[in-house]
Amino acid sequence: MEPVIKIENLGKKYILSHHTKEKYVTLRDMISDGVKSILSGKKKGEANNYSEEFWALKDVSFEINQGERVGIIGRNGAGKSTLLKILSRITEPTTGHVTIQGRVASLLEVGTGFHPELSGRENIFLNGAILGMSKSEIESKFDEIVAFSEIEKFLDTPVKRYSSGMYVRLAFSVAAHLDPDILIVDEVLAVGDAAFQKKCLAKIEEISGRGRTVIVVSHNMNTVMKLCNKAILLNLGKIDAWGNVEEVVDSYYRSNFGTSARRIWSQEPKERENKEVRLLETRVHDKDFGIQENYDITKPVGISMDYEVLKDGEKFTHSFNVYNEDSIHLFSSHDTQFEATNKICEKGVYTTTMWIPGNLLAEGNHTVSVAIIRINPFYIYFHEMDALRFTVRDYMQGDSARGNYTLDFPGVVRPLLQWQTGKKQA
Amino acid sequence: MNSRIIIEPGAKGKNYWQDLWKFRELFYFLAWRDVIVRYKQAVIGIAWSVIKPLLTVVIFAVVGRVLHTAVPFGVPRLIFVCIGILPWQFFSTAFSESSNSLLANSNLLTKVYFPRLIVPASTIIVSLIDFLTSLGLLFVFMIYYRYVPAWNIVLLPAFLLQATMISMGAGIYIAALNVKYRDFKFIVPFIVQFGLYISPVWFSSDQYVYQNVKVPEVLKFVYSLNPMVGVIDGFRWCILGGKTDLYMPGFLLSITVCFLVLFLGIWYFRKVEKSFADVI
Repeated sequence: MEPVIKIENLGKKYILSHHTKEKYVTLRDMISDGVKSILSGKKKGEANNYSEEFWALKDVSFEINQGERVGIIGRNGAGKSTLLKILSRITEPTTGHVTIQGRVASLLEVGTGFHPELSGRENIFLNGAILGMSKSEIESKFDEIVAFSEIEKFLDTPVKRYSSGMYVRLAFSVAAHLDPDILIVDEVLAVGDAAFQKKCLAKIEEISGRGRTVIVVSHNMNTVMKLCNKAILLNLGKIDAWGNVEEVVDSYYRSNFGTSARRIWSQEPKERENKEVRLLETRVHDKDFGIQENYDITKPVGISMDYEVLKDGEKFTHSFNVYNEDSIHLFSSHDTQFEATNKICEKGVYTTTMWIPGNLLAEGNHTVSVAIIRINPFYIYFHEMDALRFTVRDYMQGDSARGNYTLDFPGVVRPLLQWQTGKKQA
Repeated sequence: MNSRIIIEPGAKGKNYWQDLWKFRELFYFLAWRDVIVRYKQAVIGIAWSVIKPLLTVVIFAVVGRVLHTAVPFGVPRLIFVCIGILPWQFFSTAFSESSNSLLANSNLLTKVYFPRLIVPASTIIVSLIDFLTSLGLLFVFMIYYRYVPAWNIVLLPAFLLQATMISMGAGIYIAALNVKYRDFKFIVPFIVQFGLYISPVWFSSDQYVYQNVKVPEVLKFVYSLNPMVGVIDGFRWCILGGKTDLYMPGFLLSITVCFLVLFLGIWYFRKVEKSFADVI
């Protein structure tokens, strides 16, 4: 069978010009460039020699078959959004060729074109038309959309009076009823409350269940793992891995930079370099500092970070955040004991470790974000999401909160608590 | 699977006009949005589309009276000025709104695909509706003065079409330029303001201001390079009939300029359209 999406040697080039901060040019710039080039005796165009080519995507080729659910993952700046924009025909590629069979609906943002002055009812029609639905199509699905969004009561209120939750629900509902052959979604699931997010995920699963092709871009590996059966890992505009979702997500965690339990940051390209503190390495380890990915639920887990202070006189503290596989933020901890919160730090390399006691985390995958922050006045030197990943397992030796219970055990944490029982005196 | 989309560098041209037709409902919805939003939370709402020209007409009638500008014999000054103001105001709002439309809808340009021409084109509708309501003002004047329009009035839609083409052509052109060069945001209000004084809105195009002397042909021909001269003269000819002549060479020049502007506008827009999402 012919693939629904066929991409060959796709590339997108941007010209970065380093002497103007604004993306758009003004006539003044054109004129002053012209004058500069006359003065320096250069031809027009040469004057602008600060500009630099940048390939946001290069030589990307792959095929997607009907009914596949493909996740596109990668770090910031890997080219994910550029790829989506090309597939949704917002921007034109510089090289290559894409063939798409069927009707495409792309959802790069929730509520594109919503007008704050218009009522919910009016916005359903407007947004539907913007997303490519015909009037009769919107009319026939209108009740369904309203029911899904749970905003019946406020249909005739201008959306500027909506809470942000209502706004997002309405916007997603319109998009969810598009019924295209190919649905392209960008990060939109990162909005709304947990219950509604679940509903959205279920809706997308339902859409793909009907044989539709779904392409999802997300930073959230768990969303991708849940929704998709295939994935593409992009790195600096090129495909790093392509195939089965588990393997690709795994290679995302491992990608060149060590295992998911240890990451060497000094080798990674930085989004924004700061001049005060530099992250060198992060590790997750047992109490003997042995790096591993799986931990016994009863044993403590250590999280360490090496960093270099590049400038004398900084005052800061460390902060680690732990998330579970549903991306629920379990807790945040910052170092209140470390003297650096009050004491000025000298240049040099430091190591810090946070210990998570045994019998606290529940079973499952956890991810850690690491940060160095200053409490007062508040400032973030860096905050790296998805820095580490580890798995907590219960080996059923009877000394965990599970005891001898083997079935499904809910809860985001699993502390081992004291119980006291006695017979009540009559 | 009925539709097949091919994306490659320079491929946008092939199905453009077909796509434009496919997205006609979006055109309708964007226009509808602009119409609804325009007078939301305004207590007297659409009455503004009559009050604005009314005030302008009164001011220019007074100014014309003071300066003794020539008015064809037997035509009340208010009616004469009003016929000039209405098409001018239509042009000025349509032109300013459409030249600003891409910037105002930049969130759409960077998030969804559709033929971009829809955006500046749909803004014309609001101005058109404003124009049609403001026509009521002219009728009120005509009833007050018991002035019967000439049979030529049936040709009015043709001149309205001409005005639409000019404002759309110029609007599309400037809208596309505006994406890259924000300078036009400042230039447009200037063009509109300046244009009001040099177009025959409050004076007649074929008589000097002070004496009742005919303007030489050459000057008149040059003056007709401003396409709105042809439109306003045309409006006057339609309503006042034999009281003013339709100056043929000027009219033809005006039509030529009008087509040229529209053609250039669409040509330039199509040329730079594919880079909009990258530069806006």
